[in-house]
Amino acid sequence: MASLIETRDVHMHFGHVIALAGISFMLEESQVHCLLGDNGAGKSTLIKILSGVFRPSAGEYLVEGTPARFTSPRDALDAGIATVFQDLAMVPLMSITRNFFMGREPVRAWGPLRIMDFRSADRVAREEMRRIGIDLRDPGQAVGTLSGGERQCLAIARAVYFGARVLILDEPTSALGVAQTSMVLRYVHLVREKGLGVIFITHNVRHAMAVGDEFTVLDRGRIAGRFRRGEATLESLQALMAGGKELAELATELGGTV
Amino acid sequence: MDPSAPGAEPVRPAAPGVAPAEATGLRVDERVRALHPLQRLFMRPDFGSLAGVVLLLVFFAFAASGSGMFAPDGIMNWLHVSAELGVIAVPAALLMIAGEFDLSIGSMIGFSGMAAAIPAVYWGWPVWTAILFAFALSVGLGALDGYLVVRTRLPSFIVSLAFLFVLRGLSLAVSVMLTNQTIISGVNHAARGDWLAPLLGGRIGHPLFVLLARWHLIGTYRDGSPLISGIPMIMIWWIAIAAVAHFVLSSTRFGNHIFATGGDRNAARSLGVPVARVKILLFCSTAFCAALLGISQVMEFGSAAADRGLDMEFEAIIAAVIGGSLLTGGYGSATGACFGALIFGIAEQGIYFANWNNNWFRVFLGALLLIAVLFNNFIRRRVTGER
Repeated sequence: MASLIETRDVHMHFGHVIALAGISFMLEESQVHCLLGDNGAGKSTLIKILSGVFRPSAGEYLVEGTPARFTSPRDALDAGIATVFQDLAMVPLMSITRNFFMGREPVRAWGPLRIMDFRSADRVAREEMRRIGIDLRDPGQAVGTLSGGERQCLAIARAVYFGARVLILDEPTSALGVAQTSMVLRYVHLVREKGLGVIFITHNVRHAMAVGDEFTVLDRGRIAGRFRRGEATLESLQALMAGGKELAELATELGGTV
Repeated sequence: MDPSAPGAEPVRPAAPGVAPAEATGLRVDERVRALHPLQRLFMRPDFGSLAGVVLLLVFFAFAASGSGMFAPDGIMNWLHVSAELGVIAVPAALLMIAGEFDLSIGSMIGFSGMAAAIPAVYWGWPVWTAILFAFALSVGLGALDGYLVVRTRLPSFIVSLAFLFVLRGLSLAVSVMLTNQTIISGVNHAARGDWLAPLLGGRIGHPLFVLLARWHLIGTYRDGSPLISGIPMIMIWWIAIAAVAHFVLSSTRFGNHIFATGGDRNAARSLGVPVARVKILLFCSTAFCAALLGISQVMEFGSAAADRGLDMEFEAIIAAVIGGSLLTGGYGSATGACFGALIFGIAEQGIYFANWNNNWFRVFLGALLLIAVLFNNFIRRRVTGER
C-alpha cells in the first residue's frame, strides 16, 4: 500500500540558507505523525512544502505514490491535503458560517440564479462544531467574537469537513487552555479512527506523546531522530528537540522542573 | 426564524456510535449573551446611516418647512441628487468591502460622457453604438485599473489616483484636439429616435404624472403640464444597481468572496478564493456605473462636458463610509451606501431649500464623515468583540 504522502530526500534552500537538508518522511493512513523540533528546525518549511506553499528545491514529494506538482495551497486542498496554519486563515469580521465555507460556498438554484444555501450551511457549521465539542449559539456571529481556542477548533473542523485525507495541524494546541487542548487531542484521535493521516506539529512533547503513532524530530534542517509509539520517552524526545545537552543543564539549574 | 434564540436548541442525548467528543462537548455556553433584537439591528452595518436619514428628514421638516422640500417636486429634486450619487456609491461600497478604492470614478464620469458624445456628434455614429463604445472603453479601463492594482500590489489609492488625473486630462485634451472645445453639445439632436438613449437619459411614467396633475395631487406649470414630467431613468438604475448589489453581497458565492477578499486577503487566497478576479471585476463595476452616470447625464442634458463628475469619487467614498463600509475592508453593505447617498441628497438640497449658504454643506459633510468613521470603528469592535 502506498503511503498517503511521502517525501524523499527533500531539500529546501532560500538563497544561501539551507532550511531543509534531505528530509525523508512518510505518512500512512490512520496514523498520527508528530513533527517535533525547536524553533528554526525546519518544521514550518516542511509543512509549507507538504501543503503546496513552497516547492522543494530538490527531492521528491509523492502523494499516494504519484509525484505532486502543487502550485498553490488550493491544489493541495483539492488533493485532500488540508492544513490548519498557525494564522488559521480566518476573517474575524465574517460570520462563522461564511468563514467555514469560505472558497467552497454551497449554492442552490433560485430560479435561474444560484444563491448561497445559508440554511444548510448554518446547519453543517453547527453540526461540525458540535462534533469538535463547541456548541454554537449562532453560526451567524462574527468569528472575531470567538476565543483563540474556538477559532482553532473551527479551522480544524473546516479542514476535516472538506474531505481531507491528510490533515496537517501546525501547533494546534499553542493557543489553547487545558480543556480545549484535550478536546483537540481527542479530536485528532477521532480523525485518525476515520482513516485520515494527521501530521501534528508541536513544541509540546506531552501533547505529542498523547496522540502520536510516530515521531520525527527535526533539528537544523535534518532529521535528528525517528521513533514509533512506545519506543520514545518524554525525556529522550525533549533532549533531542533541544539538541541534547542544553536542556539537561537547564533542568538542573531550574531544579528539574522543565 | 432564528435557530440561535436562547432555549431553541435543547440538549439532545448523543446518538449511538458518536464520538466521545460529541457526547461530552454538548453544553450550551452560558457566557454567550443573548442579544435583544434591537441590539441586532444596532449591529447591522447600515443601521447608523438609516438613523441618519430619519434624523435629517425630521430636522429639515422643521428647518425647511414651507419651502416645498417635501412637496412631490421637491422630493423628486433631492431624490434625483441622491440617485446620481447612489449609482456610483453602491459599487464604490462593494469595492471598499473588498479592500480597495477607486478614485477615478469622478474622472470616469466626464470621460465616458465624452467617449459617447464625440463619436455620436463628430463622427456621425448612431448614438447607441457610441453609447456601447463608451461603456466598453470605460469598463476596459476599469479592468486595466484593477489589473494594475492586483498585479503590482500597490495601494489602489495610488493607482486609481493616477487614473483620476490621466482620465480627466485625456477627456479635456482629446476633446480640445478633436473639436477645439471642452463641451460637446448637439447630442440631443443626434439621439432623436435612438432606442438606447432614452433608457439612460429619459424619464418614465409621464402619463401617470399628467393624471396626478389633473387630480391636483401634484403641482402644474402655467400651461397645465405637471411639475414632474416623469421619473428620471437614473433613479430606476439606482434602484436596480442597489438591488443587484445587495443580492450579490448577501446571497451569492461572489458576495462571500468580496467579504473574504477585503477581510483577509491571505486567508481568502489560501482557501481558494479568486482574490484577483474579485478585485478586477469590482473595478470593472465601478467603471461601468460611473459610465452609466456619465452617459445618462449626456443623454439627459443633450451635451457632454469634460469636467463633469468633479470630486464625485470623494462623494461616492463618503457615501459608502457614511453607509457603514469600513475603510479597511471586509465590512459594509449596499443598502448602507444607498442611505449614505440619501443623506447626501437630503442635506445638500435641504440646505438649499432652507435658504442657507450652501458652503455649510461641506462643513456638514466633513463633520458627518468623521462621525461616521468613528461610529463604524465602534461597530467593528462590537462585531468582533475586540476591546
